[in-house]
Amino acid sequence: MKIVVCVKHVPDATADRTFTEEGSTDRESVDSLLSELDEYAVEQALRIAESDVDAEISYLTVGPDDAKDALRKALAMGGDSATHVSDEDIEGSDAFGTSLVLARAIERHGFDLVLCGMASTDGTMGVVPALLAERLGVPAVTHVEELTVEDGTVTGRREGDSATVRVQGALPAVVSVTDRSGDARYPSFKGIMAAKKKPLETLDLADLGIDAGQVGRAGARSAVDTATRRPPRSKGEIVADDGTGGAGLAAFLTARKFA
Amino acid sequence: MAEILVLVDHTEGVVRKPTLELLTLARRLGEPSAVFLGPDADSATEALGRYGAHKVYVVDAPEVDELLVTPAVDALTQIAGSTRPATILLPSNPDGKETAARVALRLESGLITDAVDVVAGADGPVTEQSAFAATYQVTAHVTRGIPVITVKPNAAAPEPAPVTPEVVKWDVTFGPASTAVKVLSRSPRERGDRPELTEADIVVSGGRGVNGAENFAVIERVADTLGAAVGASRAAVDAGWYPHSHQVGQTGTQVSPQLYLAAGISGAIQHRAGMQTSKTIVAVNKDQDAPIFELADYGVVGDLFQVLPQLVEEIERRRS
Repeated sequence: MKIVVCVKHVPDATADRTFTEEGSTDRESVDSLLSELDEYAVEQALRIAESDVDAEISYLTVGPDDAKDALRKALAMGGDSATHVSDEDIEGSDAFGTSLVLARAIERHGFDLVLCGMASTDGTMGVVPALLAERLGVPAVTHVEELTVEDGTVTGRREGDSATVRVQGALPAVVSVTDRSGDARYPSFKGIMAAKKKPLETLDLADLGIDAGQVGRAGARSAVDTATRRPPRSKGEIVADDGTGGAGLAAFLTARKFA
Repeated sequence: MAEILVLVDHTEGVVRKPTLELLTLARRLGEPSAVFLGPDADSATEALGRYGAHKVYVVDAPEVDELLVTPAVDALTQIAGSTRPATILLPSNPDGKETAARVALRLESGLITDAVDVVAGADGPVTEQSAFAATYQVTAHVTRGIPVITVKPNAAAPEPAPVTPEVVKWDVTFGPASTAVKVLSRSPRERGDRPELTEADIVVSGGRGVNGAENFAVIERVADTLGAAVGASRAAVDAGWYPHSHQVGQTGTQVSPQLYLAAGISGAIQHRAGMQTSKTIVAVNKDQDAPIFELADYGVVGDLFQVLPQLVEEIERRRS
């Protein structure tokens, strides 16, 4: 079984992230790392491989040069190979451009299963897995907490707002997993060393037969008009409880007409 | 007048509040037409008309409940392909966003997700979004095709504008089985009496400081006194003290109520990303250095097991 896990190198969500003047994510000013939500997809791929001797796992990312670090981190957790798609014309792509590049790379590699995290921690749209399924013409089994692959199908359990739903799609398929799907393992030292030797190929748009006009800012279908830093919330009144803390809070809420 | 399609989010014909918000926003842009999928259109039509839907397109086919997401994609793509609306609005939940993205791809149109506001601009709708754990405010617009926009709950107060809708039944051609995802089973979770977390005006949340599942009764008591929904931090949910469906945070639910009361929650970035845009924030925590106090409009440094019961007592005393 050929498994492709899509991963993203993102600015650290705990750092002070900013926008560039052109209104895209500033990827220079803070450190980047493998998106936390993608670790869950890596973990699920590794668990499938551990139960199926014939599974081959390859990681895929689109991004500038340092995006390779996300691939190395994933390889350190396990898996066999990685593909990095990098091209300056990809800069400024929207989800449509990104999904086009990923889909072509996935087709080039061949797949039975594409695994993704539920969303990136920077864009937070959560739409790339659905777009991949649409472009690849395969079922999208998304947002699953529990996943089973057997007999040519993938079955998943999703927890919606009001109901638990079990879903199933035939392979080949795209699957996205949530942060409730199972704790991601830490890479071992041995894994980190082994990762350095695993094959990592770099491709550009020409390798994928994609025209620059289809991606990047040129191909984007929406535009940011303004990106303004919100004024930090001014700190309000903080009181120490002297035995009347609850009553004071009630007064505040009543004055604001919440109680 | 420009037609604006609004995808109806409902449970067996009961229209959910975010749809009423979408209809209200749609009226800023043109004339709303609701798109209703499923067998219970009759119960919903009145509510949809009350909030301004001039038309209700009804798609009543077994596929709607049997398959995941793609029936809505097929329906919206075909209706929009034929009626050429000026904008398509959908709710910003996971299925809504996936539906929106696939519709936009098929219609060769642009997509904006998680809008917290939508206004009419000179060249089409302009959206506002909250980015990077609400540290940035972004305005944007779609530059190609029919703008497809998903909107977060609480983006607008629903405003009635009653009309009697024209009901139009639509026959959708659904996609092939090879790309379909079947729904094998659906087990509704017990609906409590409290408001839905994403839609509530007030949310009262408990965190690590609550220190146990039984102790969440203290949080629930405050919630019930205020008519609020109950939330929980990731720490509390991971510890098994409250169900994941109530988790507020970056990977749980994101809320933006009028009032957010955080008790025993330190306010780590994970949690803040889920509630930072609440209009008024109040916190109770033993630790005066807890980051949550940076966000709070009012905070009490103290033991929540002393402060919260006293809060409830005082509110009840004032009401009597």
